[in-house]
Amino acid sequence: MKAQEVPQDDNSTYHGEKRAVYATTKDGDYDVVASSGWDVEAEATQQAVAELQRLADEAYAACETGKCSPLEYHMYAKRLDLLSLSQATGLFQWRIKRHFNVKNFNKLSDKLLDRYADVMGITISELKKLPQKES
Amino acid sequence: MSVASKEFIHKHAGHCESGVMSTMLSHHGLAMSEPMAFGLSSALSFAYLPFVKLAGMPLIAYRSIPKAIIKGLQKNIGVKMKIETFSNQQKGQERLDVLLEEGKIVGAQTSVFWLPYLPEEMRFHFNGHNLLVYGKEASTYKISDPVFEHVVEASEQEFLKARFAKGVMAPKGAIYYPTFVPENIDYASVVPKAVKAVAKRMLKTPVPIAGLKGMRYLAKNIRNLESKDRRYARLFLGHIVRMQEEIGTGGAGFRYIYASFLQESGKILGNETLLEASEMMTAVGDSWREFALLIAKSIRSKKSETVDFDAIAKKLESIADEEALVYQKMLTAF
Repeated sequence: MKAQEVPQDDNSTYHGEKRAVYATTKDGDYDVVASSGWDVEAEATQQAVAELQRLADEAYAACETGKCSPLEYHMYAKRLDLLSLSQATGLFQWRIKRHFNVKNFNKLSDKLLDRYADVMGITISELKKLPQKES
Repeated sequence: MSVASKEFIHKHAGHCESGVMSTMLSHHGLAMSEPMAFGLSSALSFAYLPFVKLAGMPLIAYRSIPKAIIKGLQKNIGVKMKIETFSNQQKGQERLDVLLEEGKIVGAQTSVFWLPYLPEEMRFHFNGHNLLVYGKEASTYKISDPVFEHVVEASEQEFLKARFAKGVMAPKGAIYYPTFVPENIDYASVVPKAVKAVAKRMLKTPVPIAGLKGMRYLAKNIRNLESKDRRYARLFLGHIVRMQEEIGTGGAGFRYIYASFLQESGKILGNETLLEASEMMTAVGDSWREFALLIAKSIRSKKSETVDFDAIAKKLESIADEEALVYQKMLTAF
């Protein structure tokens, strides 16, 4: 890729930051070119972010009606899934799944709740409820 | 090694690990570009591991495993690094502070998710990020993150969280610094070894998930998406692009960085074949960008339109063929 062909698409996902891309200058020599983004990459990023948002929204709606515990919502909201939450907490997936059940979740000890809260970087009281919906 | 008073110079890099090593070695008197750090550690690769999931998606890697650049440079150019990990967070912080007080610049492995200076959209649970800490003021760490154009900062608390994130590849507070840096590099003996290692890995890895075979295997799996859930298929394709372009690769899944390395080595050694290989690798990089564009178009297309999986798979197969020629060329360079 030539230096003048390096995309400068001002990706909103960069928040004004720039990324180093390697490209060739006029003499054919390689150099680092700061790129403000590429639409192709931005679309892929936004697709992934939107998918996580969709999962979190679905869980939020289910939790509101008592169909699942807030744990499931917070998991997706913190960009985790069953596998990565299991890996981070060291708890078996089937055990975490049980905690998605409101009844089981309400019986959890503070010690276990803290294990979840810690990897999500929130407090136990935040974990126990759904956040106010942003309007 | 007395470097206490030396001024630290931040450098913008395509990739975190090669960027950290390039800046760190240059700081210690061994001037080294990022592509050179990447190339001399034979870091270029390809792997498609459908059974290893990352956020619900199979692992697709365009480079060798994390820490391979640090290890590769130790092996190939004789740098000696000290890597320390900690079971106790407090001790991990104290040790870093002591090293900084000694005037050292310290490499650190962190999670991406907990770094406060990263844009929200870029934060995912990936524990293999590398950066340099070059100082501390009050309770704020001064950080040189190679993928950022300028230096950044993190508070004690935030940085501790990032260093001790849990999960796969948990960094366990890993910090590292050189204990020995050679004064110069014997390019004439190191470059051939490093170049051949990459060519052989890509051409001859016997398992079907790595090297060019891995690319063909991925192409086959792209064809199979036809029968899969439509949403999953689109997410899978987007995931390929993200691994190639978003996750700090310097463009085209490290192919441009590597082309830059081939060019630099060709010039140092006066080796025409390497310079030709560099141009071929640049063309390969351009093909990867076309591949990403092809995918982006199909993701963008309206829900009712069908995605042409076969065309995407064919493009990937043609890149594998194109890359094969570069590696064959590289093998004839010495």
